[in-house]
Amino acid sequence: MNRQPEYENIPREAFEFVERSGAIHDQKFETKPIGYFKDAWIRFRRNQSSVIAACIIMVLVLYAIFVPIFCETNYSRSLTDTDYLNYTKLPPKIEWLGIKGQSNNTLNATTYLSYKAMGIETGMDPIVAVYRENYEDPTASKNARYYDVCIDEYYRMGMTYLTLTYAQFEDIQAWQDEHGIEVIFPAIKDSKQTDANIWYEANKKGAPTLDKEGNLKPIYEITTPEDTTYHSLRIAADNDPEKPMAYARVTGTSTAKSYVVRVSKYNYFQYRYGFEPTFVFGTNARGQDIFTRLASGARFSFLLAISISAINLFIGAMYGSTAGYYGGAVDMFMERVTDVLSGIPFIVVTSLFQMHLARKVGPVMSLVFAFILTGWIGVAGTVRMQFYRFKGQEYILAARTLGAKDSRLMFKHIFPNSLGTLITSSVLAIPGVIFSESSLTYLGIINLDSSTMTSVGTMLANGKDYLATYPHIIFFPALFISLLEISFNLFGNGLRDAFNPSLRGVE
Amino acid sequence: MVKYVLKRIALMLMVFIIIISMCFILVKLLPNKPTQQFGKDMQLIEMRRKALGYDKPIMEQYGIFLRRTLLGGDWGVSESLYLGQNVWDKFMEKMPATVLVNFYTMIFSVPLGLLLGIYAALKKNKWQDHLISTLVVVFVSVPSYVYAFLVQYFLCFKLQLFPYQMNSGYNYFTYSMFHSMVPAILSLGFGTVAQLTRYTRAELTEVLTSDYLLLARTKGLSRAQTTVRHALRNSMVPIFPMILGEFIGIMSGSLIIEQIFGIPGVGPLYVNSITAATPDYNFFMLLSAFYTFIGLFSGIVVDISYGFIDPRIRMGSKK
Repeated sequence: MNRQPEYENIPREAFEFVERSGAIHDQKFETKPIGYFKDAWIRFRRNQSSVIAACIIMVLVLYAIFVPIFCETNYSRSLTDTDYLNYTKLPPKIEWLGIKGQSNNTLNATTYLSYKAMGIETGMDPIVAVYRENYEDPTASKNARYYDVCIDEYYRMGMTYLTLTYAQFEDIQAWQDEHGIEVIFPAIKDSKQTDANIWYEANKKGAPTLDKEGNLKPIYEITTPEDTTYHSLRIAADNDPEKPMAYARVTGTSTAKSYVVRVSKYNYFQYRYGFEPTFVFGTNARGQDIFTRLASGARFSFLLAISISAINLFIGAMYGSTAGYYGGAVDMFMERVTDVLSGIPFIVVTSLFQMHLARKVGPVMSLVFAFILTGWIGVAGTVRMQFYRFKGQEYILAARTLGAKDSRLMFKHIFPNSLGTLITSSVLAIPGVIFSESSLTYLGIINLDSSTMTSVGTMLANGKDYLATYPHIIFFPALFISLLEISFNLFGNGLRDAFNPSLRGVE
Repeated sequence: MVKYVLKRIALMLMVFIIIISMCFILVKLLPNKPTQQFGKDMQLIEMRRKALGYDKPIMEQYGIFLRRTLLGGDWGVSESLYLGQNVWDKFMEKMPATVLVNFYTMIFSVPLGLLLGIYAALKKNKWQDHLISTLVVVFVSVPSYVYAFLVQYFLCFKLQLFPYQMNSGYNYFTYSMFHSMVPAILSLGFGTVAQLTRYTRAELTEVLTSDYLLLARTKGLSRAQTTVRHALRNSMVPIFPMILGEFIGIMSGSLIIEQIFGIPGVGPLYVNSITAATPDYNFFMLLSAFYTFIGLFSGIVVDISYGFIDPRIRMGSKK
């Protein structure tokens, strides 16, 4: 057995360096540190369906932000235009996708003839194709003949009467000359006829009376060559220089003359707004362009939802932190308050707020208040739970021993633990708000509709009356909200999994 | 347990009374339009106000309300919607339509949801599970009124299988009445089925992967035996209270579906009582109280049923 030399003090020489070549340091990590959010991001990326959902949400958000800015036309900008009423319920038309704004229909003989007449006069034939001609429907009344046809809804608009001042009349004439598109069509003899489409002899019901060859008999007003009424473009039939047709019925006194003219709606649109009527999503029952209107409605809905979600997050975090951190009597009291508030059905809150506040602060603000009154309770509950879980742990004790104040402990040390859950629940609250808003608007409890403002729910509510006849009015808002809800749900699920550390490495 | 239940019920009643009192005072603060109906005859207006008790101070009115309504069950007469008719009677008259539609919905959607959920859980990570899970995400997310539009457009309008709106009248148990309810039942059902499927699948897969199931298998039970006897029963612990809660919730129904399909239930009554030109505050008070009560009641029934189903969860008995 070796006997160790006994030392009082180990002499300096007995020490030697393990390594003399250089100083030893802790090895520096070559990799970058992965924090909580980075880790969540890495795991979120792996979840394909959530990534796709996030992309769809991005597309919808971009649509809501940029369409009202860039795709605004003269048409969508003039929000209170009465001319809109001429262009209601037009179906979607996207030329390059082959969607032509046509529909299949069954017409009776009178309507069929009047559509044909429209085509003859303007050259824009509403009847694109005839599938079945001049047949008798055994279930309907006898003598009536029917036609199964394909109709161009844009050409079907036909004519309308406009009353213009001389300056306006002049302006349209000048535009006609410049573009070679005829807007104003000849006036007819029958000044009591209110249907602007009739330019032929017709009976009282509007059915044309035909001559022997089966042609329509025009009743255009004839004027004299000396008539000074300026008219630039003429229809093909107007070729007799001795008997030119009148293009306006002049009424009023000599000082304030007004010109009643028959204009083609399709061409008048081009004059008025500078482009051919083509609506990607069609127009609604008030003639507003659904594509831009839906975008501004979506923008409103998004803004509403995001701000409500943010406010709820803030209030809930404050409330939950206080209740959770102090516990005891404070917590007890605060819990009872949330009990009462969460017991009130949301629909009752909204209706009470609408009845009380809508006139004072407007329907939107009272809706926001209603959402905030009960919306933060969920957030507060989550935060409170986290506080109960973490406030007794050693690192909190350590921080407190080092002299950290209550507020520092609460928001620096405990609160960040609940961030992941809070982000998830705030994101999931957004589609919830949009859904509630649309249901409430649909029910008519809140009314957000005005010429300058709209929401997705309002568009749904306005479209419901035309569900059977013009489904496109309700289809696009419904599609938008469905896509939004589905992708937000998928996105939220992905977020929840990503922020849940217990799932790390499981996939 | 009894103590816990009693405590919960007392708490619920307290919350209920606080909410109703708040509603009462807020409603009383509103301008009273019904009294303005009588035009310019000030004397009539004054008489009407007196008859309604509006001339007394608000706290006295509140006392009358507590005595007459909460204790006596007299909710007053309608002031504008059904002028002069008893509010409670009208409400009870509208009730069956709402309950019936929602009851039919639950009857077909609960078994369907459970079956689909169980099937998906058993076929976990196979194509059947993926298909069901994808559909569930879609059906859970899409709002119920979108289904209503689709059902109305395709089934009622294009195929003409069902009438556009529910039949009126009070013969609820005839075939034609049921036939006219089908669109509403369908549109309500999609969401419920999907939700239940998702929930069942999640619970069952969790139980199926637990250790004691492995033990049961090693003891020699077949897969079917373990699933039915052990897994299914245990997974029902959280699912059953949820179904129970939904069953109580059917009374409040779905406002929007009732509106779309013209169901003569309590939903339209509520909406009309607010949106009418002269809001009917008595209906509003009754229905607010009703919705509040249903919400609170289903909440405590769910909580208490947990304790009854699973003795391990006796909440409140011990912390």
